[in-house]
Amino acid sequence: MSNNFVTRTWNWIDNRIGFSDYIVPLMVHLVPDNARWWYIFGSATLCAFIVQVFTGVCLAMSYVPGGEETYQSLKYITDTAPLGSILRGMHYYGASAMVMMAVIHMVQVYMHATYKYPREMNWMSGVVLLFVVLGMAFTGQLLRWDANGVWSVTVAAEMAGRTPIIGPTLAHFILGGETVGGSTITRFFAMHVFIMPALIFAGIGLHMLLIMRHGISEMPDVNDPVDPETYKEAYEKRIHKTGVPFWPDAMWRDMIFSTLIVGVILGCSIFLGPPALDPPPNPSSINANPLPDWYFLWYFAVLSLLPPQLETWVILGVPTIGFIVLFFLPLISNKGHRAPSKRPWAGGTVIFGFVAFLVLTIYGYKKPWSPDFGVKELPASVVGTDHGPLAEGAKLMHIKGCLYCHDIGGYGGHRGPELTEIGKLLTRDDLIIRINNGGHNMPAFASSISDSELQLVVDFLLTRGVEKEPENPKSTTP
Amino acid sequence: MSDQQPPTDQPCCQLKRRTFLTRVSVILGTIIGFMIAIPGVGYVLAPIFRKPKHKWRTVGKLDDFKVGGFVLVQYEDPSPVIWAGVTAKAGAWIRRVSETEFIAFSINCRHLGCPVRWVDDPKLFMCPCHGGVYYEDGTVAAGPPPEPLYKLNVRISEGLVEIETEPTPLTLTTLT
Repeated sequence: MSNNFVTRTWNWIDNRIGFSDYIVPLMVHLVPDNARWWYIFGSATLCAFIVQVFTGVCLAMSYVPGGEETYQSLKYITDTAPLGSILRGMHYYGASAMVMMAVIHMVQVYMHATYKYPREMNWMSGVVLLFVVLGMAFTGQLLRWDANGVWSVTVAAEMAGRTPIIGPTLAHFILGGETVGGSTITRFFAMHVFIMPALIFAGIGLHMLLIMRHGISEMPDVNDPVDPETYKEAYEKRIHKTGVPFWPDAMWRDMIFSTLIVGVILGCSIFLGPPALDPPPNPSSINANPLPDWYFLWYFAVLSLLPPQLETWVILGVPTIGFIVLFFLPLISNKGHRAPSKRPWAGGTVIFGFVAFLVLTIYGYKKPWSPDFGVKELPASVVGTDHGPLAEGAKLMHIKGCLYCHDIGGYGGHRGPELTEIGKLLTRDDLIIRINNGGHNMPAFASSISDSELQLVVDFLLTRGVEKEPENPKSTTP
Repeated sequence: MSDQQPPTDQPCCQLKRRTFLTRVSVILGTIIGFMIAIPGVGYVLAPIFRKPKHKWRTVGKLDDFKVGGFVLVQYEDPSPVIWAGVTAKAGAWIRRVSETEFIAFSINCRHLGCPVRWVDDPKLFMCPCHGGVYYEDGTVAAGPPPEPLYKLNVRISEGLVEIETEPTPLTLTTLT
């Protein structure tokens, strides 16, 4: 009886909302039976987005977008609010997961050339989505309104300011005024929670609509290149012969992988916790060490490696050309082979991109181009003594900031050449000239070091790498 | 919803009426769009057209500054919003060169705007982001900055040291 009641109630609702008429056909639409584990990344991206929407809405219940209250509300969420730390962690790791899954999904689609006819616009809508997702990641980093957030927005405004003609206008649009401040955070909040999510929702809607319209692509067949003349008909024929319903025949793999992804997001937020907040967002505080989140770190490294005359071109060119090339890719090549074995350049591009990303990211973390402000004095074990002129020279190496950039025996920064064996390589005169006049990327110290200090430093440097003579040489009669 | 197309074999006046109504709808739709969008877009873009303000802000008493190296001072930026709180603060490196002369630099590196630090002994400004280094006169000593540090005006008024606040200085390197 009660079963009957449930059935009747459901039938009443179904009749009004049309679930069976509209949603069920979408769920059971036929997909190629060879679309197996390769195809899980798109749904995992969507799943990460759902995590972001849900945790984001929850966080917005306590988050205050304005001035120092923002920082206080973040502190409250992290330290006081029940489950707040887990929620903030999930939003943070969810962002990483979403960026990662979107990129892996894109690489998979690229490697299998799924963007070819008739799915050109599936790819194009995906490229737009990827850039909006990166925009979400960037604005999100600024909503963590601590010292790092303040300086990141300053860097972003500087970069936008390099645009010809409209640069300053664009920079002031980003800042919401002439300086980074209260109006910047409210502006970024609006972009992060209203404008960009709306674009993502619309983009996902279009992306899914196109998937339904053109069907999920099959795995590439090396003997069957795409011919726009015949592709659609052949696909329809094959799919009706060999296709399987998406739900549940294909979807169970998506469900397993998405469970894993959400599990990892939750696990990271429980065991690793959300990223620590820097000091409060005071634009006059200089004790910040601005670093972007890991997915943008490669770009941060690029900006330090470039010759100055190329910099503006790269700052403006990489995002613009990157977008244009990706967006128009399917219009340049929308037919022919899809199999990776027939497209070595595609494979090479992906490998090159991945290696470049990895190397630049590692380089970004090491920051060998930046002075190491936290460097310690050279220990006696490296200097060879703890008193006398040599020890004084070693101390001056620290006081004068030489160690910020130069490494001696494993102590010091890496901006300049290592000086562990400099005594073997340069003469006294060479050293004096270099210290006084500076040189390639080294400041001149002539005006900030006295003669006696210079002698002490040079005396110390000349001992580096040179074998110390024994103080009491023993008679070596054979 | 119906797939039925409207009948086409209508008298001429019916077609004219339909064309007219289509145009009216499109025109009204455009007007509605403008009525909604103009105030909003204007509101969002307003900060761009606001004239930069240059206000003098006190950063301390004359006696607080000794002749010597640079010190970091804080002051309120030129045009803070009322909810800005601590984010309304701006900073500058200021140095009393002689009894009557002061020099001040914006803390923003001219490369990409990161906060430079004054290191007293080697007498250098150093940037933590991409390794920009400047001498004490603000000129570039090393690294990628294309321009010297941005100089701010300083004046002494009734025993107080004042800095002329300005918008965040942008490097604005042009493409070459």
